[in-house]
Amino acid sequence: MTVAGTGQDGTAGTVGTAGTVGTAGTGRASGPVVRRVLAGGAGPGAGDDGYPGADAGPLAGVYRLLVDGTLRTVDGAWLGESLLTVLRERLGVTSVKDGCEQGRCGSCSVLLDGKLVTACTVLAADAADSRVTTLAGLPDDGLAPAVQAAFLRHGAVQCGFCSPGFVVAVTDLLGRRPDADEHEVREALAGNICRCTGYGRIVAAVRAVQEDLAGQAGRPGEAAPGEEAS
Amino acid sequence: MTAALPEPGRAGIGASSLRPDGPAKVTGTFPYAGDLALPGMLHARTLRSPHPRARIVGIDTSAALRVPGVAAVVTAADVPGVATYGLIGLDQPVFAATEARYAGEPVAAVAAVDARAARRALAAIQVDYEPLPPVTDPEAAMAPGAAPLHPDSPGYGPGGDHAGSGHPNIYRQIDIRHGDDPDLVGDVVVEDTYVFGMQDQAFLAPEAALITPAADGGIDMVTATQWLHSDREQIAACLGLPEELTRLTLGGVGGAFGGREDVTLQIHGALLALATGAPVRIAYDRVESFLGHPHRHPARMWFRHSATRDGELVAVQARVILDGGAYASSSVAVIGNAVTHAAGPYRVRAAHLYGASVRTNNPPCGAMRGFGVPQVTFGHEAQMDRLADALGMDPVELRARNALKAGDVLPMGVPIPGPMPARELVELVAARPLPPPLDPASPGVASGLALPGGRPAGADPARVRRGVGYALGIKNLLFSEGADDSSAARARLELGPDGVPRAWLHTACAEVGQGFVTIAGQIARTELAVEQIVLAPADTAVGSAGSTSASRQTWMSGGAVRGACAAVADRLLARVARALGLPPSVVEAPRRVLSLRDGEIIGPEVGARIPLAEALADGPVEAEYTHHHRRTERLDERGQGDAHVAYAAAAHRAVVDVDLDLGLVRVVSLALAQDCGTVLNPLSLTGQVEGGTAQGLGLAVMEELVTVDGVVVNPTFHDYLLPTIADVPDLDFVAVTYPQLDAPYGVKGVGEAPTGTATPAIVAAIRAAVGRDLRRVPVRPADLVMPGPTASAGAASPGGAETIGEAETIGGEDGHAG
Repeated sequence: MTVAGTGQDGTAGTVGTAGTVGTAGTGRASGPVVRRVLAGGAGPGAGDDGYPGADAGPLAGVYRLLVDGTLRTVDGAWLGESLLTVLRERLGVTSVKDGCEQGRCGSCSVLLDGKLVTACTVLAADAADSRVTTLAGLPDDGLAPAVQAAFLRHGAVQCGFCSPGFVVAVTDLLGRRPDADEHEVREALAGNICRCTGYGRIVAAVRAVQEDLAGQAGRPGEAAPGEEAS
Repeated sequence: MTAALPEPGRAGIGASSLRPDGPAKVTGTFPYAGDLALPGMLHARTLRSPHPRARIVGIDTSAALRVPGVAAVVTAADVPGVATYGLIGLDQPVFAATEARYAGEPVAAVAAVDARAARRALAAIQVDYEPLPPVTDPEAAMAPGAAPLHPDSPGYGPGGDHAGSGHPNIYRQIDIRHGDDPDLVGDVVVEDTYVFGMQDQAFLAPEAALITPAADGGIDMVTATQWLHSDREQIAACLGLPEELTRLTLGGVGGAFGGREDVTLQIHGALLALATGAPVRIAYDRVESFLGHPHRHPARMWFRHSATRDGELVAVQARVILDGGAYASSSVAVIGNAVTHAAGPYRVRAAHLYGASVRTNNPPCGAMRGFGVPQVTFGHEAQMDRLADALGMDPVELRARNALKAGDVLPMGVPIPGPMPARELVELVAARPLPPPLDPASPGVASGLALPGGRPAGADPARVRRGVGYALGIKNLLFSEGADDSSAARARLELGPDGVPRAWLHTACAEVGQGFVTIAGQIARTELAVEQIVLAPADTAVGSAGSTSASRQTWMSGGAVRGACAAVADRLLARVARALGLPPSVVEAPRRVLSLRDGEIIGPEVGARIPLAEALADGPVEAEYTHHHRRTERLDERGQGDAHVAYAAAAHRAVVDVDLDLGLVRVVSLALAQDCGTVLNPLSLTGQVEGGTAQGLGLAVMEELVTVDGVVVNPTFHDYLLPTIADVPDLDFVAVTYPQLDAPYGVKGVGEAPTGTATPAIVAAIRAAVGRDLRRVPVRPADLVMPGPTASAGAASPGGAETIGEAETIGGEDGHAG
């Protein structure tokens, strides 16, 4: 992997000797101990997998993910890294949000080979060679644009942090079950937390898309519920 | 994909204009603070005390510095400026130095090439703790003679004293005595003690900041906060930097709800950026977020209400104890709100309202939506139902009969400013249609999804009971008790690159999701008759906007934007009047003749009709304006004074189904009538009250940060439950829109009031369904099914008063540990 180096330009102060910091509460700084790191190019990706306390297992081999239709190579990741971490931190896909890392908030909802998952509870290495579809990879000619437009029109977006995950989940649901009844809609979306809206406008947006779909049903040539990207 | 999205709003005030940041948010490109990255940036993490109270004997960072990839470790010894910070009083150490006072208190921070190396380094820091017995019961902490938990702390009163509390562990106490005889008692008396759990804001985007050391020795920080200028003041002081070298820009904020009002990781990250000379990203994960910011105060509250036989409230007595935790945060202001609202939205002839916020070794508590008011609203509304029961009166009728109206005298001895449609609200909400009864033959019951718990194993639909409950409340708006509160805005009318006139706006108002960016544009369109708006990033290069809290930004920063735009319009019209050769009297007051309308300056009297673009050809027009609200007063020693600028009222009706065997609750229906002032954006208003209601629902039936001996045992979304879309029913919302005459356009803040009333209405409905007293929130399944006291037989006699401080025991108070 590539590690962004720091301090190589010599601005990072002294190459430190570690010290014991006293407990004097009123002690004023003489400057913390600072070390230049990676000046020689050594990074955590090379050679510290045996470090006690390693928290993500050994390094994974090189593997590939098909992210939104593009083959991405993951090199130097730890075996224990979640798909969320790999997407956000290694591949720079920041529309996938990190809200809880426990699969509880749904902010990192993506499709894995077409199936809705929380990226934080999927081992990225386990997903090798799989299709990962994030918000950006939902097809333009499918349901996602209608879901996004409805979210805006009906006020389903406030802080917006849950919106990418919600749009992925709603698009997935309505693609499979366009005429889902209210209970089914609510159950299907219960894996996505929104703290701002109280869900009222989200429900309104979903209903609006469902009504549009019902209006289109049976009309040949109209857009059908989209399939996720391949 | 964005091509298909609806255009953000083009309308002025009153329309459901859409968010300008909506398209970016819904396509995933909106940059939240935690999404930011710079080449060469370091990743920072924080080491926290595992002990609720411990002496720190020594800290050895040498092993941490040997961890590959680690750049720097900082502790208390590395803080160059003031060692402590705080929202109101500076009592919280940047890092614990000699003593850790709560479990989760920062002790050190590390910067490394990636987050993993930083975490490893945290594990390698050796802290020699000498655990001390924590004080986790506020009553013990405030007992006479109790040892001070933070002897070095400054006080928080006007003179730096302990606000007259006379006790080192009491942040502040207030004693309101109202009426001729505070011991006056009516014919019928009810009293009880209520317990209120610790709620977390649980905004969805955890804390994050990106800090870049600058060539001039200062820092540039992008962070998610509610109040840029307050952060800057505290950060600069601790870094020993001048404020002008401490530059903050608002990063994308993923919710706040009070939880970003206090500084958390900002100073730590800045210390590391200055130490390493590299950009530093510091971020919390969910667990750290739970430990890192102050929560809503848990409370223990005793109330005694009495009334005449025909239902007129006579006297209210209350004793409200808020657990402020280890550091002050905003505890002194929160207790002010709690006590001044303790009698609720009701006229009382006499009141004796005492309250204290107390230092303990529990996690610090501070601001959360409602700011001390939800606690007492839960208490006074439970009491109103008890009183109605004792009187044999309808609970809506009792509330309506005693509801405050504008001009009625509050327990603080001043009239409540109007409009105050409290009576109308509770009557409105009671008149809304009720949902149909649970139909055993319905598909929802067949699938189980319409049952409490949603398809619960072993549920028997015949054992589900329905209940209906009501709550009425008021919440103060804006900063109180003499705060010199203001917000500044800069506006410019200019020609865009395309030659089209546009308004450019600059404020430091933190957009946290509430929609100020939408409202600001609507106001500018209204005042300046243009469609295009450019919003400059919120930062510290403009004057303070104050905090995005206290239901204040539409009023305060909206007022600032309006004032700045009006000043711009005045200047432009004067310029045009001059150019038209109109007399000096018109140039000085050009609005008498000229006005802005639909992109033109028109003056029918003088035959003027000039396109804005032409009027702006000579250059842009700019103005700055600072909005102040009317001054308020500090409370005197008897708790008397004009403490609050204004109030908003709300009434909720809740309908619930409860599974008597499983103790599961389904909120079937919620109706809300709210006193909203003039509505600037109906869609935005609806979103605010629905969101506020859902947070009140969470507190009623699921949300509680549980501590055991001061240690939070459920700091994850697995164990801290939040309402999902399956838990929150559609809200039947009625907006009551009498204008607030001293506010811009007649607005009222709307975000907080419904949070306070949703909780007691839902708990009242559960009481009605199960026939138990339920003196504690959140209501847990065990509270509904385990053996325990059932509903009170009626009024307690005055002589049978429960000793203050001896609480209910249903289910215990420590809660279940997730």
